[in-house]
Amino acid sequence: MYVALRDIRFARGRFALMGVVVTLITTLVVFLYGLTGGLAADASSAVSGLPAADVVFGGPPGAAPEVSFSDSSISAAQLAAWRAAPGVGAVEPLGVAMSRLTSADGAGAVSVLGTAAALLPPLVAGTAPAEGQVAVGRTTAAADRITPGSTVTVGARTLLVSGITADRSYAHAPTVWTTESTWEQVSGARQPSALAVDPGSAALAALDRTAGTRTVPRSAALAGIDGYSAEQGSLQLIQGFLFAVSALVVGAFFTVWTVQRRADIAVLKALGASSGYLVRDALGQALMLLLLGTGAGAGIGVGGSALAASGGSGPPFALGAATVVVPVLAMVLLGLAGAALAVRRITSVDPLTALGANR
Amino acid sequence: MNATAETRSNTADTPGLALREVLLTFPDGDRRLTVLDRVSLSVAPGEFAAVLGPSGSGKSSLLAVAATLLRPDSGQVLVGGQDAGALSAKQRTTLRRRRIGIVFQQPNLLASLTALEQLLVVAHLSGAAPASARARAAGLLDSVGLSGAKQRRRPHQLSGGERQRVNIARALYSQPSVLLVDEPTSALDHERGAQVMALLADVTREHGTATVAVTHDRGLLDRADRVLEMADGRLS
Repeated sequence: MYVALRDIRFARGRFALMGVVVTLITTLVVFLYGLTGGLAADASSAVSGLPAADVVFGGPPGAAPEVSFSDSSISAAQLAAWRAAPGVGAVEPLGVAMSRLTSADGAGAVSVLGTAAALLPPLVAGTAPAEGQVAVGRTTAAADRITPGSTVTVGARTLLVSGITADRSYAHAPTVWTTESTWEQVSGARQPSALAVDPGSAALAALDRTAGTRTVPRSAALAGIDGYSAEQGSLQLIQGFLFAVSALVVGAFFTVWTVQRRADIAVLKALGASSGYLVRDALGQALMLLLLGTGAGAGIGVGGSALAASGGSGPPFALGAATVVVPVLAMVLLGLAGAALAVRRITSVDPLTALGANR
Repeated sequence: MNATAETRSNTADTPGLALREVLLTFPDGDRRLTVLDRVSLSVAPGEFAAVLGPSGSGKSSLLAVAATLLRPDSGQVLVGGQDAGALSAKQRTTLRRRRIGIVFQQPNLLASLTALEQLLVVAHLSGAAPASARARAAGLLDSVGLSGAKQRRRPHQLSGGERQRVNIARALYSQPSVLLVDEPTSALDHERGAQVMALLADVTREHGTATVAVTHDRGLLDRADRVLEMADGRLS
């Protein structure tokens, strides 16, 4: 790093410019990671937070069941087949529908999940809903001044609020929880959308064939939420492009830098520096640039995301160690890969050129 | 045909640098161009040999072969008695770092380093302890006439003559047994060129190096112990 550090000091303007570019890209990537996580939670936390290992989807008679909460329905026969299957643990029907909640102080779109009390998120006040009752998420309750004992209208049904739960949401709408039969009255559906199951020691494939269902792990069931895969896929594609752009920008910078340094590299080789020493020196330089740039970018990204999320009505951000560490590590590794491709040119520099030999 | 003029020193049994029957050719269309035609040269420790010749005569190629930067088609290159031809590329790099000092044409200082750091980078390559390296580097720069604030200047802040002095001090840092000098006065006026040649003669005797300087400037050879002429790849 002897020459590398002094090169940075000497060409501080060029390195600062490159560092700013790395910082800005990292900021953007961290923002995007936080937004992707936030949107994912906003679209799926009601499902991803279910205390069940698997989700079972059914289809209309004669059609293959698909992983889709909108298209799936579980018949009484399928429910009975699952409950009767040996080795299977808990099996709870899960109804999913979109509706509108109206209270004395406001109204808004909600997702209505009808299921057993065992699948509800933690209650922060009141009790789990019985027939004709509903439990509302904390944020919705606070915004609409809803408390246990209030009455609200969900769809066309007036329900008594039995309790307040931790916040969950489905398809970007806050979730309210009720019983299966009340859900059927609210949604107009006659069958639950899916089953939340603990598969235990059951042979799932055979059971699916027999019952005409399709069982997937809870994490895979998120793809059954309308628009979830497309939304997440789009954001992840942008992330991928940003990583590629970052690697290319860093690689291009070090390509130009290495070309500009060819004469110096030839002199150093003639003085007895090995190619390995010079490559390590250059990669150390790239690593330092990347660590400083991504560190600053991560700091700005975290600060900016926290600021945006603190407003309440801003975009949903999910900030966590992984949200920051993963993109920063990816930026550093991909940037180093780009730099490595660039500085490999060092090995081809002929020390003879330092002598200006007339060959 | 052997067109070699071999000159042997009588000051030591083992020459600091010896080239024996060195043949170097390069591809030139369908044939090969002979750049060094069975050249032999022996320079003793403390001897300053100047090689004079026009552009294209093979002077720089001679220097490159002596510096182990080029491998000849045939013949031997001995540095302090060690046959460079028997060494791997990595071993030749080590040999160059430890035993051979090269004074480049003056633009070949590293732009990002101060005069002192031009020497310290050689110390760093050798793994020398920083404190002792700094003292030695400063002492060497002092000995070539660069002291005080000038040691902290970068190449663009030094005159042409000062840059060449840094070049010479850098080449001497690793206490080489062979000092190879490439056109030391090419970018200097006559007065500064004469000063540089005098300095080279002085450091050769003081440090006991076997010094070979190639130049095309006949007016600066009075300080050399020997003057050899090169033409068409032959030394005479």
